[in-house]
Formats: sequence, C-alpha cells, structure tokens
Amino acid sequence: MAQHQVNYASSAGLPIALTSVDKLVNWGRSNSLWPLTYGLACCAIEMMASGASRYDFDRMGTIFRASPRQADVMILAGTLSKKHSEFARRLYDQMTEPKWVISMGSCANTGGMFNTYATVQGVDRIIPVDIYLPGCAPRPETLQYAMMMLQTKIRRESADMKKNTKQDLTMQTGRRVRLV
Amino acid sequence: MRKYVPKDSVQKKSYYTDRFWVAPRVPRLAVEDEHFVAVVEAVGEDSKESYVEVGQLVIHIEATDNIKVIKKLKEECGYTQCSEQSAVDYLARDGEFELFYQLLNVTEAKRVRVVCRIKDGEPIESITPLYKSANFAERELFDMFGIKVNNHPFLKRILMPDDWEGHPLLKTYPLEGDEFASWYEVDKIFGKEYRDIIGPENRDPAHIDREDSKRFSRVGYEVPFGAEVAEAQSEQEIAYSKIFLTNYNSKKSKVLDERR
Repeated sequence: MAQHQVNYASSAGLPIALTSVDKLVNWGRSNSLWPLTYGLACCAIEMMASGASRYDFDRMGTIFRASPRQADVMILAGTLSKKHSEFARRLYDQMTEPKWVISMGSCANTGGMFNTYATVQGVDRIIPVDIYLPGCAPRPETLQYAMMMLQTKIRRESADMKKNTKQDLTMQTGRRVRLV
Repeated sequence: MRKYVPKDSVQKKSYYTDRFWVAPRVPRLAVEDEHFVAVVEAVGEDSKESYVEVGQLVIHIEATDNIKVIKKLKEECGYTQCSEQSAVDYLARDGEFELFYQLLNVTEAKRVRVVCRIKDGEPIESITPLYKSANFAERELFDMFGIKVNNHPFLKRILMPDDWEGHPLLKTYPLEGDEFASWYEVDKIFGKEYRDIIGPENRDPAHIDREDSKRFSRVGYEVPFGAEVAEAQSEQEIAYSKIFLTNYNSKKSKVLDERR
C-alpha cells in the first residue's frame, strides 16, 4: 500500500509519469535535433530538400540553425577539401555539447571518387562521426532515416555526457576509437 | 625483354609505348584569313611562328615580348578580352613550360592564342595592366606551376591553402598527393603528434578482402554475416578461372642489358 495517495485526476490536473532522468533528457534531446546549416557540395542540395516542405524535417523537430552555437547536429554534406577541413573542425568545436555528426554521402565518408591530393579521405579523420550515410548523393529519405537512427542512438545514450566516451576526449576520430 | 629502369616523371612512365604511333594532330593551316593576316602583320617580327588551328590564330613569341605583343593585340587589333591563361608542363620533354594567353575579339568574333615558352625557374611579366582578368589567372599559374609573375599586384596562391607545399599541376606531382598533402589536415588541426593516433589515409576504396564476410558479399558462395570465411571454404570450394586460363608466359623471359 502506498503511504501517500496520489490523486491522478486532481493533482495539478495531470497524471504523473514515472521515468528516469536519462530517458527524460534524451526524449528532449532526440526530439529537437537542430542541425547546422552547413552544405559542402551537391549533397547539400538533398539536405536542403529534406528541410523544405516536401520532405519536411520540421515535423521531426529538426530545424536548421545558422549558428554553430545553437546547433547540436553537424551534417557534413559533401566533399570536404583539405583547405576547408580546418574550418569544418572549427565549426564543430564551436558547437555546444551535446553534439552529434552525420557524415552524408560517399565523399564525406571516404573521399568518394575524389581520390586526389586536395580532398580529405573521410571526414572521420578530423571529426568524430556518429552516422555514416551512404549514397551519391543520398536521397532526402535517407537523410530522414539517418536522423531517425540518430534519435534512436541518442535515446540509448546516457544523459550524463561524461559517460559517453565520444565526448571526453579533446580530439578523437571515429576510425580509431570504438564507441563502447 | 628490356631491363626495367625506374622513372621519376609521370610523363616518362607510360606502361606501353608504340614507337611507330604518331599522335593525330589538328592540321595547322597557313594564315589566309583577312583579319588574321592583319594581326600577324601588326605583331610583326615578334612573331616567331604563326598558323591557324581550328579557326584560331596561334602566334608563338619570345616570353620576354609578351606584354609588348599582347598590348599590340589589345590596342591595335581589338582583342579586348583575355579569356584564359595558363601553362603546360613540358619539363620532362623539353625542360620548359609552355605558357599561353587566349585572347578574344568580340567585334570580329575571332580568337588568338599567344604562346611562349619559359625555362623552369624563369619569371614571366604580368599582363594585369592590360587585362584585369589576368590577375586571378596569373595567381592560379603561380599556384599550380610555381611560375613567378613579375609586377603582379598580389601574387599569392589562389586555390590551394597559403601554407601548401608543392605545385599540383606539375607532372611530377603525384595525383594522390605527396607526404605533406596526405597529412595536411591532421598537421594543421591537431599537430604532428596526432599522426600516429589518426593513422595514414585509406586510399584504396576498391580494396576487396575475400575473408571479410561483414563488408563483402561473396556472390554465389554466400556465407552468413560475420561468419568465418575460411571455415566455410572447406565445404564449398570456389572454382576459380584457373581452369580456363593458360599461362603462356611460363618460360622465364631473358633480361637484356642492351637492345638487340
């Protein structure tokens, strides 16, 4: 028998839900993912299409933000050249934690068809990546699916960012470090 | 079989060469067009050679005369636009760069290419006083070939980063980059000490690992995801094409020091 009776119908007018802080925080985080408006190449066209009315990212709580300070997802959409890599990393560093990264398309994943001196051979050389999105370019549905996968991933994570291994190092790349 | 000699230049590195093959070339016609004849006359003795190729006049000049000749073309012959300017690396063949200026006459709808040659390390005079468009073209020339342009208002790299080493359009520059290029972003962002942590670039995306059943499907001989391929092989042996291929080079070939 509960010692204190809770009157669900009359206490502040709303029923009470019991959950863990992790789940509550992650529910909030995963349902308002704000990506950075950051297109690198042709994948950005698909990214823009995902944001526009036909595919409508907004219904998933995903709104593109123009400032890294307000964003928590970085979608690296396109070829990252070596000249630009410094600035991509700087934008990543400027984002506040918690932050996640989606590598969109073949070029961002591995350098793709640009097997040359001027292209970064996979953005995970400089930025830790959460989701690799195949395709050249991936269709908006693929990006939506990636966003949904990222939500699932966030819901599995701990709300305490110190426990998420990705965040506790100043520098880390996806290729060498395995997420526990 | 001739002895293999390692070659440092890509131009010399063709795997197979037919000695009797002659590259088909666009015919070089004599200058007969009324306008072009006038242009060649205006250039006068500075023109070493002139001919018409695909409807365009080509004039070979000395590199030191470039500003003089192009000024004449602009002011006397009406070539008011410099649409393109670059170079070709013939260092391996001739020890020289071939520079070209592509000029356009809008009223006559005619094009002229002014070609000159400079040795490696020699500077060229800037034509930015004549054409504003030459500013970026000459910066690109410097960026890609390392050709110095005298009296240029702002000669610095245009495409590659300012702290880049090497000039990528030289034939001796590897397509996948030298050591500096392959570590550029790591050195710049994290510092050289992170090279070991991040590791070298993986530049073989076409690499196929037969034993890896997680990333590669073995069409016709499928195994479950993640299964040890070596174990599965004992049950299903793959018939490779060795039955169909005959090794015609089984005899050891002789290596000659000289040509016979």
